[in-house]
Amino acid sequence: MKKLLSVFLLLALLLSAVPAGAEGVVNVYNWEDYIDPAAITLFEQETGINVNYMCFTTVEDMIVQVEANPGAFDVCFPSDYIIERMIANDMLAEIDYANVPNAVQTIDYLRKPDYDPDEKFSVPYMWGTVGILYSKTMIPDPEHSWATLWNTEYQNQVFMLDSIRDSMGITLKSLGYSMNTHEIPAIMQAKMKLIEQKQSGVVKAYQVDETKDKMVAGEAALALMWSGDAMYAIELNEDLDYFVPVEGSNVWVDGAVIPKTAKNKENAEKFINFLCRPDVAQMNCEYICYSSPNQGAIDLMGEEYTGNHVQNPAQELLDKCEFFHDIEPKFLKIYVDNWNDVKNAK
Amino acid sequence: MRYDMSLPWWSWALMGAGLVAFVIMIAASIRRNSGVKRSLFAAPYSLWMILFTIVPVVLIGYYAFTDASGAFTLDNFRNFWDSNYESNKVILDVMGEAGADYITRGTVNVDTLVYSLWMAFLCTVICLLLGYPAALFMADRNMKLGSSLVVLFIIPMWMNFLLRTIAWMSLLEDSGLINTFLRWLGFDGVQLMYNSQAVLLGMVYNFLPFMVFPIYTVLSKMDYRLSEAAADLGCNSFKTLYKVTLPLSIPGVVSGITMVFMPSVTTFFIPRVLGGGNTMMFGDLIESKFLTEGNWNVGSALSLIMMVLILISLSILRKADPNNDGGGIA
Repeated sequence: MKKLLSVFLLLALLLSAVPAGAEGVVNVYNWEDYIDPAAITLFEQETGINVNYMCFTTVEDMIVQVEANPGAFDVCFPSDYIIERMIANDMLAEIDYANVPNAVQTIDYLRKPDYDPDEKFSVPYMWGTVGILYSKTMIPDPEHSWATLWNTEYQNQVFMLDSIRDSMGITLKSLGYSMNTHEIPAIMQAKMKLIEQKQSGVVKAYQVDETKDKMVAGEAALALMWSGDAMYAIELNEDLDYFVPVEGSNVWVDGAVIPKTAKNKENAEKFINFLCRPDVAQMNCEYICYSSPNQGAIDLMGEEYTGNHVQNPAQELLDKCEFFHDIEPKFLKIYVDNWNDVKNAK
Repeated sequence: MRYDMSLPWWSWALMGAGLVAFVIMIAASIRRNSGVKRSLFAAPYSLWMILFTIVPVVLIGYYAFTDASGAFTLDNFRNFWDSNYESNKVILDVMGEAGADYITRGTVNVDTLVYSLWMAFLCTVICLLLGYPAALFMADRNMKLGSSLVVLFIIPMWMNFLLRTIAWMSLLEDSGLINTFLRWLGFDGVQLMYNSQAVLLGMVYNFLPFMVFPIYTVLSKMDYRLSEAAADLGCNSFKTLYKVTLPLSIPGVVSGITMVFMPSVTTFFIPRVLGGGNTMMFGDLIESKFLTEGNWNVGSALSLIMMVLILISLSILRKADPNNDGGGIA
């Protein structure tokens, strides 16, 4: 009898593990910690669609996974230049805007962006800038320039991003080049400048996800950082502040896209439409702290958002910033090899 | 949020096939003389090995000797020697003669390998020096604390090594526990993290049990009457250790060295967490080739070189333990 019971229990366990799936599923592949979990629950309650939520930490990782597992993902959230590459490689399905009416909420600045000029394949999800997060007690009045990260007064006080395009990009910008340059001498010059920075002893570490919490703890004075992470850190530690250097920087956009291989395109569109609903966009914006591309959400948040110089940077500063563009694979090799040289420098 | 826990169809098929095969073989073995060989019991294991060991190694070999289009090439190994090999070609292609000024040999891969081997060597030596006395202590019958020490070594292994490494981070950081305590006492803080020493510490911490336990197993199986006999014949305790215990424990030492050296060479994650990403190890490099750069061909070539190096070191170690008394790991 006992045996029979245990067999029944085992069966019950196995059956309960199989999803009911009346309305199907949507396989979402998003950045780590990049959605309010309550929004997912809300979506499941409202639509009955199960959300199978998976995370990545770098877009490079994401694109490798999407290529290697066709059909595994229905909605992904790549950054601008990856969207450009996915469009070029014919990896994305056109979004049927009849199913995504909330997309009209997108702010004008991000309409018809140059990585997706016809807005056929992507709906902006979050955007932001790259800048410098600093501690006001350790550095009361920093120069609003990229040169601050090279200032040898700040020995062992700088966290750099272990991210090829960002770290190489801001160095190129500080040298007066475009962040998307294909000029080999410029890339080499940027490498030399980064090696000089490492050898001068200002860099404490090259990392990505750990930086924000370490800045909150006061581990270093300066960090190259995305505005959203900066906002998160500032909310936890009032001693921190953020600026975008006057030379200009990168404005990045993470957009929702549907891979061509997606198995649940309609559910994917429902999910994207849900994310563009002003109240949901507000939930996510307040949770993630990045800048919202959603006019409805911005109106809902009011002064709290528009008065915030981290989330809502001045237009004249934005005018000096650039989007990343996808760099041709052969030139990207030069970026990669030079960045590895920086990492390898002693 | 509900996670999709359902298994893909092929895993059901695999498990079903394995179960059926198993039941058939049990039934057959109950009826003796039915002609079923006992070695058939190893069939599921062999299948597993073929699917998840042989096939991946073959794939690595395939990728290592082909380029992105699948054609045979040795460029991936040239890339190991000169990490700028591919970008140098692009530079000459784009800039022509003028590009010559920008061509340098990239030493990233070779440097990283040498650094990894050196770190693994240091880690193995330190683990041996720390682990051998610990194992002696644990295996000593007169020592009452020995068995508690075994438990103390095992308990941390219940937790995932990533978490234990991250725990070290909160101890060692500039704003971490140790430095906070030092400042509270009135001293200046010291930089404990973001350097190779911290990486080495993390490696020793993580891999020490793999040195201790093989030695402990061999020592505790050793016939203690041998040491008693040595004492009766006039050896002092140091000489007993040197003449009797040490030679008899060599198989354990060999498998300990193997089990520490192998994961040390291929370490990744620890350099990123405790070393602040300032110096990569070979494991990090291979990881970034696959995940960040999406360059499976060079990544496979690097993995292959790593495997060959490990095979060579294993065959050297094997000479020290020809009878596989240490569990046949080496």
